[in-house]
Amino acid sequence: MLIKKKLFIIIVGCGRLGSYLANKLSCDGHSLVAIDLREQAFDALSIEYSGFRITGDATEIAVLKDAKADKADLLIAATREDNVNLMVSQVAQKIFRIPKVMARVFEPKREGVYRTLGIETFCPTSLVGDFFLESMIMSQITRKEKGEK
Amino acid sequence: MKVLVVGGGKLAYFLVRAFIGKGAHVTIVNRDIDECKILAKKLKATIVHGDGSDPQILEEAGTSDIDTVFAITPNDEDNLVICQLADIQFRVKRRLALVNDPDNEEIFQTLGVQAISTTRILSYLIEEKAGFDSIASIIPVGEGKIIVSQIVLSDTSPVVGKALCDLHLPDNSLIASIMRENTPIVPRGATVLNASDQIIVMTLPENHGLVIKILTGEKI
Repeated sequence: MLIKKKLFIIIVGCGRLGSYLANKLSCDGHSLVAIDLREQAFDALSIEYSGFRITGDATEIAVLKDAKADKADLLIAATREDNVNLMVSQVAQKIFRIPKVMARVFEPKREGVYRTLGIETFCPTSLVGDFFLESMIMSQITRKEKGEK
Repeated sequence: MKVLVVGGGKLAYFLVRAFIGKGAHVTIVNRDIDECKILAKKLKATIVHGDGSDPQILEEAGTSDIDTVFAITPNDEDNLVICQLADIQFRVKRRLALVNDPDNEEIFQTLGVQAISTTRILSYLIEEKAGFDSIASIIPVGEGKIIVSQIVLSDTSPVVGKALCDLHLPDNSLIASIMRENTPIVPRGATVLNASDQIIVMTLPENHGLVIKILTGEKI
């Protein structure tokens, strides 16, 4: 799944998800800026990662300006705080006019409201939950086919 | 009036005490259980324990019947989400968020949330009370986009004895009136400034410093 055009991508939150994306996208040749509150978070970046690292709070507009958010093609908000992700993605979309903005939101109940605001949200809780449910249903079917032992 | 306050600390306590004093029915949402217990003992308010940016907690707090929501937690992002949920999901008529970062005041307006920056208000008050002797008062108008200042000209002011048309004030600034010995004067270009004149001047935040410097000789 290679994206042909080289993009300028900002990733907010360099935890497990943020660093995973940053490492992959940097290897694919995209320009990256990773932002995190804690400097140690950048330890999760691989040696192949060739992007920038900014230590700071992305809900501060000055930090996003530093990251050249006005030039970005894509921003991914992946901090562990839903509200930080929701605020950063709205600022990215409405103020910096970044063409594509994606946010991780853990709480499924908050997700729907932000979809109505036009923020593209991904909820790991409901995504994984639905996979579990689907897998549950599938396994019930196979048991019926095999019959009781 | 039914008011919902999300937050804690002394600010929430004194604010709610004032609202109750004015006859409002207040509900407080606070995520700290110990603080909830203290607030419940001290205030005649409904206390709900939980995260105020969680739609379910807002539901439990009866947010649909609330007239005004105040989001005053220490985190700007939480206050934004609380006000947006109150608006979109619960149709609360009035919502107000507190912001710490003064830059967020404008950002929140862009995102459709009315916000007040305590930092900005404090800095105005400090400038007014302790800042510059010759500036008697500063009033921000239109969310701070226009500043109206009252300045008393001292003997040493570089503009004393000059006509207004010779001052070379920057664009978008205006000397609106002059009080001279308790008599108001609506100034014209030929009006000459005297020491002890009280000047009402309108500026924008970006040229405020320059105008003050021209009029008083002081750097702001």
